[in-house]
Amino acid sequence: MSFLSYLQTLPLESILSTAQNASGTEVERALSSDSLDLFDFAALLSPEADSRLERMARRSHEITLRRFGRTIQLFAPLYLSNECVETCTYCSFARPNAIERRTLTIDEVEAEANILAAQGFRHLLLVSGEHPKRVSPSYVEAVLQRLAPQFPSLSVEVQPQTEEIYAVWVRAGSDGLVVYQETYDREAYARVHLAGKKKDFNWRLETPERGARAGFRRLGIGALLGLADWRMEAVHLAAHARYLMRESWRAMVSISLPRLRPAAFAIGPTHPVSDRDFVRLVCALRMFVPDAGITLSTRESARLRDGVIPLGVTSMSAGSRTEPGGYSAPSAAEKQFEIADLRTPEEVFRAVRDRGYDPVWKDWEVALHG
Amino acid sequence: MSDNLIIADRTFRSRLFVGTGKFRSPEMMRDAVRESGAEIVTVALRRVDFDPVGPNLLDFLDRGDILLLPNTSGAANAEEAVRLARLARAGGLPHWVKLEVTPEPKWLLPDPVETLRATEILVKEGFVVLPYIGADPILAKRLEEAGAATVMPLGSPIGTSRGLKTRDSLAIIIEQARIPVVVDAGLGAPSHAAEAMELGADAVLVNTAIAVARDPVAMARAFRLGVEAGRTAFLAGTAPPRQESAEASSPLTGFLGKLS
Repeated sequence: MSFLSYLQTLPLESILSTAQNASGTEVERALSSDSLDLFDFAALLSPEADSRLERMARRSHEITLRRFGRTIQLFAPLYLSNECVETCTYCSFARPNAIERRTLTIDEVEAEANILAAQGFRHLLLVSGEHPKRVSPSYVEAVLQRLAPQFPSLSVEVQPQTEEIYAVWVRAGSDGLVVYQETYDREAYARVHLAGKKKDFNWRLETPERGARAGFRRLGIGALLGLADWRMEAVHLAAHARYLMRESWRAMVSISLPRLRPAAFAIGPTHPVSDRDFVRLVCALRMFVPDAGITLSTRESARLRDGVIPLGVTSMSAGSRTEPGGYSAPSAAEKQFEIADLRTPEEVFRAVRDRGYDPVWKDWEVALHG
Repeated sequence: MSDNLIIADRTFRSRLFVGTGKFRSPEMMRDAVRESGAEIVTVALRRVDFDPVGPNLLDFLDRGDILLLPNTSGAANAEEAVRLARLARAGGLPHWVKLEVTPEPKWLLPDPVETLRATEILVKEGFVVLPYIGADPILAKRLEEAGAATVMPLGSPIGTSRGLKTRDSLAIIIEQARIPVVVDAGLGAPSHAAEAMELGADAVLVNTAIAVARDPVAMARAFRLGVEAGRTAFLAGTAPPRQESAEASSPLTGFLGKLS
């Protein structure tokens, strides 16, 4: 069953109503359960649960400790290109924007990767705008083949592809596929994706399933918080994660919670999420899917990132540049968004250690590729 | 009287194996490993960087006193496990391998078919193979026949701290085994470790319960003592639990005395 079909079997209206109006009894039930269903999860998102945030944080901390220990995986994004045919209104890379465009050559990608390797990174996330010609499947394959001998873990966050192309990328050395739905609200989705392939909501929604069938070992999903009601996004994300953990049972699922950041030419959040609600969302997700990874990027401030280390986050980027070529040289090429945590990888490493956690550079192996 | 654990051609005094994952720092891991008295210490190959920028995980272990037992965590099938084992040997690690073939990331339960296949391949290549398995007595015998050095059945899934949920099957495995049985995974407290040893296990492996304790070093000591207590009790001959019905009268056979 596809995720789309699975979604249609869920009593979503009723679950979303719980997320808005749960009673104290429903929240308590969720807090005392070892195995939460979607209604329990929704109750934890409700306004009623806000006063119980500290208890949720304690539960989330305990669950994370048992499952993941005192470790935080570190990774870096490597931007291959800011060329893009899409029209996402929240992104600097969108086609109509008059920005300096650049796609790295394979040698330039390797130069970027070498800088990250020297900083300690062994897990990379390859990111790019969606441009079928400049960032073609064979270009991505060539990048993977170049980097695979040196990097135990290579994830891709690029334009969604077919299962066949994904299988080629897996053989070329990629172990992870990251694709954010951006928003799970079809109307909001149509409002911010004005033209191009990305308008196809269902194609994007079923991308992680295709990736799992092609052999990716890690699946990253996420919603760009700020485009629509966060409780609605959270319920869909949770359902998506649980669906993938059953359907694509061999893959490790992780969830990202990017909050919309200021970016050149881009709209701001119409539905902002407060820090307090954001932290509650992290805790609720951890309680609902104890085995899922939770990823936090440098979109968030140093203060918030340090604060949530014990609460359920399992991996973090550090020292990120979001423009292609940004590690090798300061460039005029436009960034995807503004970074909030400007610390160097070394500073993030020390901050994680200071919190009593082991920052992990390497937790995968080249011998497991393909 | 010496009570040593013998695996393949090596003799160990300690019957506690410890893992090195999930600790808050490599220094804490090192101190806890020392305090545990373990002579066999597992390390995930996926965590080992043979060309690191900073210090390597392995630099924190006293390699003279312990046997470093690389595990194949992350392998989803026999081929991947075999590749990892070969990588370890090529990297100068011992030719001993804790075989973990876990195709799903949630419970990390071992795949019995792939585990048996990988054992057959690795034994032929000269590895000392210690496979992690579900508590399946027939699989344990098949692995023994395939040349495994031990079997390492789980008490409950990795990291769950639920104790010996597979107790009855473990008892059968122990009774049948001609190779050491090491209870692996799910031991959340020293009392669980003691229970496994009382049951007749030859050793136990502990990681999460020590690594995530508030004081990992003290918890390592507690597990050492728990294992020693359980082993001593096993050797001393634990009194069988009292039966429900008293045996003073013989309602079923009493008639025998009244005959003739």
